[in-house]
Amino acid sequence: MADDLTQGGPVLAADGTPLKASLNKAMRKNRIRALLLVAPLFIFILFSFLVPIIDMTFRSVDNWQVGTLMPETTKALAKWDGKDLPDEPVFVALIADLQAGAESREIGKVGTRLNYEKSGMRSLITGSARKAAKLKEGPYKPLVLKMNKRWKELETWTVIKRNTSPYTAGYYLNAVDMKYAKNGDIVRQPENRRIYGKLFMRTFAISLAITIVCVILAYPISYLLATLPLRYSNLLMIFVLLPFWTSLLVRTTAWIAMLQSQGVLNDLFVFFGLVDDANRLQLIHNLTGTIIAMTHILLPFMVLPLYSVMKTIPPSYMRAALSMGANPVVAFVRVYMPQTLSGIGAGSILVFILSIGYYITPALVGGTGGTLISNQIAYHMQSSLNWGLAGALGALLLASVLALYMLYNKIVGIDNMRLG
Amino acid sequence: MNKIAKISTFAVAGLAIAGLTSTAQAVDLNVVSWGGAYTASQMNAYHKPYSEKTGVKINSIDYSGGLAEMRAQTEAGNVTWDLIDVVLSDAITGCDEGMFRPIDIDKEMAAAPDGTPASKDFLEGTLLSECFIPQIIYSTAFAYRSDAWGGKKPTKMADVFDLKNFPGKRALQKKPINNLEWALIADGVPLNEVYDVLDTDEGKDRAFAKLATIKKDVIWWTEGAVPPQLLADGEAVFGTGYNGRWFSAIAEEKQPFAMLWDGQVLDIDGWAVPADGKHVDEVMKYLRFATDTQRLADQAKYISYGPARKSSGPMVSKHATLGIDMAPHMPTAYADQGFLTGFSWWADNGDEMNERFAAWLLQ
Repeated sequence: MADDLTQGGPVLAADGTPLKASLNKAMRKNRIRALLLVAPLFIFILFSFLVPIIDMTFRSVDNWQVGTLMPETTKALAKWDGKDLPDEPVFVALIADLQAGAESREIGKVGTRLNYEKSGMRSLITGSARKAAKLKEGPYKPLVLKMNKRWKELETWTVIKRNTSPYTAGYYLNAVDMKYAKNGDIVRQPENRRIYGKLFMRTFAISLAITIVCVILAYPISYLLATLPLRYSNLLMIFVLLPFWTSLLVRTTAWIAMLQSQGVLNDLFVFFGLVDDANRLQLIHNLTGTIIAMTHILLPFMVLPLYSVMKTIPPSYMRAALSMGANPVVAFVRVYMPQTLSGIGAGSILVFILSIGYYITPALVGGTGGTLISNQIAYHMQSSLNWGLAGALGALLLASVLALYMLYNKIVGIDNMRLG
Repeated sequence: MNKIAKISTFAVAGLAIAGLTSTAQAVDLNVVSWGGAYTASQMNAYHKPYSEKTGVKINSIDYSGGLAEMRAQTEAGNVTWDLIDVVLSDAITGCDEGMFRPIDIDKEMAAAPDGTPASKDFLEGTLLSECFIPQIIYSTAFAYRSDAWGGKKPTKMADVFDLKNFPGKRALQKKPINNLEWALIADGVPLNEVYDVLDTDEGKDRAFAKLATIKKDVIWWTEGAVPPQLLADGEAVFGTGYNGRWFSAIAEEKQPFAMLWDGQVLDIDGWAVPADGKHVDEVMKYLRFATDTQRLADQAKYISYGPARKSSGPMVSKHATLGIDMAPHMPTAYADQGFLTGFSWWADNGDEMNERFAAWLLQ
């Protein structure tokens, strides 16, 4: 062997192949095995998480409808200066597109898309497509102008031309309560249509409130759990976990029965004379109800990380502090609490991010005061089918969560977060 | 469509459907409907007789409304639903987007027993989309607790806006549709002018202003099961809700509620056939059977929704288990007191009004 090394020849393994190749072979086998082991999870995350997120984010700027389904009009409008109504060639192109769209039955998609930008475009497009199918000889301009008075409005053409571009900022503008004015400038929505900004602020405020309430409630419970003898703490742990094992809807409905004005809590208040029967407290279908129900649902996510961190703090530290003359309060605040910070951080991030995305509970108990941004996202996904706007709102929510996460990392440091 | 979108919608739809198809291998037709008592009425009146007659198996799938899943399936190019029970507004949207198949109603649907062609037999104003075969007329109507104000009882819809004579909470649906119309009618606008007024800016302001007069006394609901529950618990004294839900609360559960048919909003529910479905021929045969005069009349034995055919009306009989005469519980019996939602107006203005309504709620 020593001869081999000094001569600079390849090191050989027992079977005579060069050691390097043999090692590589073994390593490759290991790598493949590791890859195969993580493959199911990777594929699952890719298709159920990453691809949908990318897809929805792409939809928030995708603007294929007009360009694809009205190709002639798109071409003809490219030369239009936007000062007066377009000339005959544009109308010829429009009729050709409307006829083709009525034939393929896809013109409704253009109407739906344009209606997001200006109310009334849906019926303008679908109605005109129906009429265009019956048109024969031109000139088309006077015929189209007679179809619907909206064709005489310059704004109609501005909206169409703006959306011939394959990408749009329209959904994001909508998501931050702005819009294109008649002349194409970007302006704020009128007062009575501004909602998303308010909802974002409210979502963060409510989530923060829930997180703070959770910390206050969970800290003593976790402390108790961590310090009690095992047989008691196990029993207590079951109480903490019990909500986990109950259906979300059951828990939420139970809170409705508890909190409503003819409910258990109000009945008790009236029985003990705390409130007057005629003035029962409104505890549900408002902000209070949302915070109570969501705190209950999310509390275990705060208790568990706190408990597992507290469990690792040796009781001797407190005893040492006490024996060196600190009074119990000082010892607790200066010795015990700093060691639990990582648990508070982990729990807070869990609770905060989970509560940002909640929508079933606010929908059921939130009334008008407890509606969150996720309710609007769900509405646009399921009811209005405005997936572009849902994508834009979702992307903004994701971006703000990531920004908060980075802020947290900067201030507290993500390495300091511990789940156990 | 772009490739990524296709792949991902396929993945999402695939995941959603995997659970359904795995249990349904022997099934011939996948019929999607609202579940609960409503699907049960369809099973009794349509599915079972059809399976007995033809041997075709009907697999009933529940959904909660809306076109989100339908659109995902269509975009993914893998449509597993053969027939879907939709409200008219969704049928119009889906038809415009090309998700649903247009139907030649006289050729493909059965005529009335006396030979009247189908297009003349369905109630006037119900054939509003070429992709839609009407099935039932339901209504969103007010009901109230009959014990709420001693002997006093509301007689007209405008009483809902009268907080002085009829105090208490009102349970209203959390969306602008219908609520704006009611506000204008209560404010004195005649039924046939509602949408003309609503089309102007002043009209919209007027509707929101009228709604604002009761805003602090409103509990907003989103699920159809909620308003009867709110009234039963004494949380609300008035509520809007689907008339079928009110019927089961009043007739089956004997709750102390009464109907206020005045101002009821009639709406139509029916069938749409996915354009890219895999069994179009079979499903059209089924649809012809399920929407004939006898079948629509049979359904009314199980649920208090009015059949959409004129020829079915006289055949409506007693409730199958309760033995109640069903005719007075049909919303169609009070059609003159109500109105039909202005679908075309909402198709154009829905996006804007939903935002404005949400903003108004936040104020």
